[in-house]
Amino acid sequence: MIEIRNLTKRFAQHTAVDDLSFRIQQGEVLGFLGPNGAGKSTTMKMLTGFLAPTSGTASILGFDIQKDTLKAQQQIGYLPEGAPCYGDMRVRGFLEFIAEVRGFRGAERKRRVEQAVAQVELEKVLDQSIETLSKGFKRRVGLAQAILHDPRVLILDEPTDGLDPNQKHQVRKLISSIAADKIVIISTHILEEVTAICSRAVVIGSGKLLADGTPLELEARSRYHQAVTLVGEGLDESALSALNGVAGIERNEREHSLTVLAQPGAVIYPQVGELIASRGWAVSELNVERGRLDEVFRTLTRGEVV
Amino acid sequence: MKQLPVVFKRELGSYFATPLAYVFMVIFLVLAGVFTFYLGSFYERGQADLTAFFSFHPWLYLFLVPAIAMRLWAEERKSGSIELLMTLPITRAEAVLGKFVAAWVFAGLTLLLTFPMVITVNYLGEPDNGAIVTGYIGSWLLAGGYLAIGSCMSALAKNQVIAFILAVTMCFVFIVSGFPMLLDSLSGWAPQALVDAIASLSFLTRFEAISKGVIDLRDLLYFVTLIAAWLAATAIVIDLKKAD
Repeated sequence: MIEIRNLTKRFAQHTAVDDLSFRIQQGEVLGFLGPNGAGKSTTMKMLTGFLAPTSGTASILGFDIQKDTLKAQQQIGYLPEGAPCYGDMRVRGFLEFIAEVRGFRGAERKRRVEQAVAQVELEKVLDQSIETLSKGFKRRVGLAQAILHDPRVLILDEPTDGLDPNQKHQVRKLISSIAADKIVIISTHILEEVTAICSRAVVIGSGKLLADGTPLELEARSRYHQAVTLVGEGLDESALSALNGVAGIERNEREHSLTVLAQPGAVIYPQVGELIASRGWAVSELNVERGRLDEVFRTLTRGEVV
Repeated sequence: MKQLPVVFKRELGSYFATPLAYVFMVIFLVLAGVFTFYLGSFYERGQADLTAFFSFHPWLYLFLVPAIAMRLWAEERKSGSIELLMTLPITRAEAVLGKFVAAWVFAGLTLLLTFPMVITVNYLGEPDNGAIVTGYIGSWLLAGGYLAIGSCMSALAKNQVIAFILAVTMCFVFIVSGFPMLLDSLSGWAPQALVDAIASLSFLTRFEAISKGVIDLRDLLYFVTLIAAWLAATAIVIDLKKAD
């Protein structure tokens, strides 16, 4: 378990992380969301022992990050933002260095490096120096270094930032495949990623906790939750808006569609369906939305960053 | 200190990862030769010792050692790899010492490559080889002092060039503090204790004593203390600056 208690970090000018408290249980994949400058990276830097908190503390599997820094760090695999590495080293040499730091020697060292290399598919570039690698490969080297000792806690700061869609998919697959029985914290801007791999989402803004729940719960906060989007001929807006539980109607000019919004807690799909059937509208497309995470994100963090 | 050898190994390896290390070694050896034979009038002196060789080391090191030290921390901060290093289970002391010792060993290896000087002087005459050994020890300690200063300056600056200039300046201060010029200008008005204190800080007086063949415990202690103090300063600076 990771326990964050009243964690606060002040820099000279501003408060980056402001009295943050929450717990993360074994097996959870936590998506850490927030606009740029919200304090995500600063929080991660404190959890990994890079920065000392101004006040408050956190513990990693029972090890306090300030008193038992080394023991806490032994539990963690960390991918810092931008995946910094030693550019002049070769991939193999770099991973061997990490393996030695993690306490592996001889055959065990070799096995660990091989395993990590296979997991992120680095075989082709093993003998290249890291600075000559493409962005995607560099990120994978960073990931390999983080997972090499099979840590119980994995902290990844924007692991898919700057990768192409195929690489993103690959990284997500990797994270999902190793996440069992671990605690994984992922910071990201990409909201689809949260829905795809996270079991829990925490939104922060200006260093404060804004929302905490499963991706589904967050989506349910959206005004598009349970909204019905229709594409068709001769739709009667006034009839739709008169239906029970309808909060309003949005017209999307570009897609030539109508979105019928539901009042909070209401389910409007049956009514809309009946109306379509009774009026005999030619509806070519009909979608019930779960909610839009990006819209929830904007609502939560609006005005937080100027 | 379990991780010290791991940090040391990586750091020393990184010197040889680029041709820079070899270029540095060649420059050092050429300059050491030039200084000894031309400026130091090695032959003209007609003495079978390496005084001409060692006496230029403080000046040779003034520019060459900061060049070894400048990348120690500045590069880590610039590339961001410091965040990786500091979040691995490595203590601050292990990181600072491991890097310093790697640079020191590299300087020592370069110094050892001047062995043809020893052969030459033994071929030409019958030198006091004991004094030559202490000369090498003194020179290596001197390099260690410069390196510890350079390590701290490298932690201060994100830019290697600035780290280099800062280190040269600070090392220069530690050289001239033993100069008669400076001490004379002080002795007119400053209390004698202060003048002595400043003079005792100088690399030059300590180095000269050792390179003459006398290893005084106080001189040894001077270098050890100096190195320890600058390395402690390095650790503090890293803590203050790492997040910038």
